[in-house]
Amino acid sequence: MTSLIFLIPIALGMGALGLMAFFWAMKSGQYEDMDGAAARILIDDEGDEV
Amino acid sequence: MTAPVALSATTAQELTTTRFTAPGIKCAGCIAKIERELPKLDGIESARVNFSSKRVAIEHDQEMGEAALTQALEQLGFEAQAVEENPLGTDDKERTQLVRALGVAGFGMMNIMLLSVSIWSGAEGATRELFHWLSALIALPVIAYSGRPFFASALMALRHGRTNMDVPISIGVILATALSLYETATGGVHAYFESAVMLLFFLLAGRALDAVMRDKTRAGIGALLGRMGKSAQIVSEDGSTRIIAAAELEPGMIALVAAGEALAADGEVIEGSSAIDNSMLTGESTPEAVTKGDAVLAGAINLLAPMRVRLTATAQDTAIADIARLMDEAGQSRSSYVRIADRASRAYAPAVHSLAALAFVGWMIAGAGPHQSLVIAIAVLIITCPCAMGLAVPTAQVVASGALLKRGLLVKDGSALERLAECDTALMDKTGTLTIGEPVPQVSGLSEAQQSVALALAQASSHPLSKGLASKLRSAGVEPALVIAIAETSGEGMRGIWEGAAVTLGRPAASEDRAQPTGLASELTIGDQAHVITYDDPIRSDTGQTLEALQTLGMDTAIVSGDRSAAVEAVASTLGIKGYGDASPKDKLDLLGKLKSEGRQPLMVGDGLNDGPALAAAHASIAPGTASDASKQAADAVFLGERLMPVALAIKVARSTMRVVRQNFAFSIGYNVLAVPLALFGYVTPLIAAIAMSISSLVVVANSLRLNGAAK
Repeated sequence: MTSLIFLIPIALGMGALGLMAFFWAMKSGQYEDMDGAAARILIDDEGDEV
Repeated sequence: MTAPVALSATTAQELTTTRFTAPGIKCAGCIAKIERELPKLDGIESARVNFSSKRVAIEHDQEMGEAALTQALEQLGFEAQAVEENPLGTDDKERTQLVRALGVAGFGMMNIMLLSVSIWSGAEGATRELFHWLSALIALPVIAYSGRPFFASALMALRHGRTNMDVPISIGVILATALSLYETATGGVHAYFESAVMLLFFLLAGRALDAVMRDKTRAGIGALLGRMGKSAQIVSEDGSTRIIAAAELEPGMIALVAAGEALAADGEVIEGSSAIDNSMLTGESTPEAVTKGDAVLAGAINLLAPMRVRLTATAQDTAIADIARLMDEAGQSRSSYVRIADRASRAYAPAVHSLAALAFVGWMIAGAGPHQSLVIAIAVLIITCPCAMGLAVPTAQVVASGALLKRGLLVKDGSALERLAECDTALMDKTGTLTIGEPVPQVSGLSEAQQSVALALAQASSHPLSKGLASKLRSAGVEPALVIAIAETSGEGMRGIWEGAAVTLGRPAASEDRAQPTGLASELTIGDQAHVITYDDPIRSDTGQTLEALQTLGMDTAIVSGDRSAAVEAVASTLGIKGYGDASPKDKLDLLGKLKSEGRQPLMVGDGLNDGPALAAAHASIAPGTASDASKQAADAVFLGERLMPVALAIKVARSTMRVVRQNFAFSIGYNVLAVPLALFGYVTPLIAAIAMSISSLVVVANSLRLNGAAK
């Protein structure tokens, strides 16, 4: 029973942390250009241009 | 806009950001090309591509104008247009709110589930009570926040004396929460917090998907929209000029219209001569020569030289506003269309609510006591809450529109898919719809050197024929020749010097030994050699196949066009369908009205503004990507590219979508038929409710995913 005093706040805190991370990602525009993110991985790094 | 943008401190104050739409961005290579090459130009600090919405944000010196930036993009091979800061901001807001609500509901659901699982696996006494209280603590704010979209919409519907899908949802969620609170306070065994939150989570998932799909296609269509004249440079009496917004213009003012600018009001040319592009109004891209005394209409783009225009009609009195009003009126009938989800809930909600009431009364009569009767009645409400039903329609429509998007068809929303599925007759416009709508130059007769000289000259001009020629040559892989001293003469064409020889591209000169070519043509001269390039507007290559496909879908097809009857009939008879020529916008409306009174559901496919009212009045409508802005906005769907097949595909996919939606409904109802007796006899615990809800939702989502292959 006493372990619950620690475990439940930890579980809730981790959930809240995830939620905050999600809100941050939305606010900073991580979901603005989903297709672009998929395409960008194919771009070579600058410098070694063809 | 995710990566940090490099900023050098010295120039930071003078930088400004302009956004462009560039529909030609198609691959990772395009992103790399734009983001690497643009900053190499003087005055451009950085460029960032948004691939999803086909936009480019360019950070540049304030001295650099839009025209210079557009030209820079064009030289990289991308047609571009500057856009307003954030025209889609309001739609974005709705989606953001839904996704936030979804995130909160997901957080709440997981944590409450964590507590509920321990209760289900046997937590008793004080532990159970503590867990119930904790669940309540999490659930109440979560439901208050995430439930808002549903509560607000339900309230709105009830206020107008109607009911929609959100009414049974809101009642179910609120009652379940209230009962659970009561159970928690009195130390009861069952609390339904997790069911209430889970219900919201699944429903929000459906709504958020719906909003994302709408935003995606809207961004796609937004990228296609051109720029209406939103302001004008007005010359005041002392000769100074100032910029005035379109809505504040007044008749009698004198506007200076620069080359490349769109007119913001109707007027009469009082000085200068130029050519205007009326494609916004007519869908016809052939430029029209105007000179002193000619009338010009709002929305027309001045192509060649600056001119002064005395305004005659402004704001709501312009010809374009008149047509917009006609379209508004024509669109009234469509706004009364009731979507399938609401139709289903109109039948469903009363049935569920009376069933729950019946359960309460029944158990009271059987002598179960008010508390237990209420618990059972609420269990009935929760188990029948249209969770799978809420997902049945949006998931199918989202998957279908995603599949169509890949094939070049942007469907505006779910209601459009539903109406497309019901169409049984198709009316097609001719110019710009069955034909490509842009003059296509015949360049096969030119030698390689001639082609590259033509490209060098054409790409420096803003004349629509030159633009068409340049894009055709560019797409054929021609590299522009090194032509120096390029100059444009209004009304005549382009001049330049290539390898010491004078080269020109312009209107063909009529000479005695050669007749003036009929139709559109331009002449390329290199030294003293001349070559005439002719343009025609060919019928889309897959028109025949598309009409065949429409026929197999059981649709009657006819051409209705404002073009001359003879020309329309010629095309109609080669395609083997009926043709109505000389049709005014009013005639098109009348024809649609006649079809509707015969009980048919007509589909209108057209591009010009003269098709606008018909597009708005038809049961469903599709416009090509080259259509006038107003038509694209009136249409339910826009197809891109040179093929007509997406039209037939739209009908086919819309019909299979409705088939899947009906299957989903049938499944949801079937599941309720099985689950309701359990609930009625008091066997539904929160555990069973949670399992049943998840499984039915998953089945519906899985069934909808089958549509992914529907557009093949």
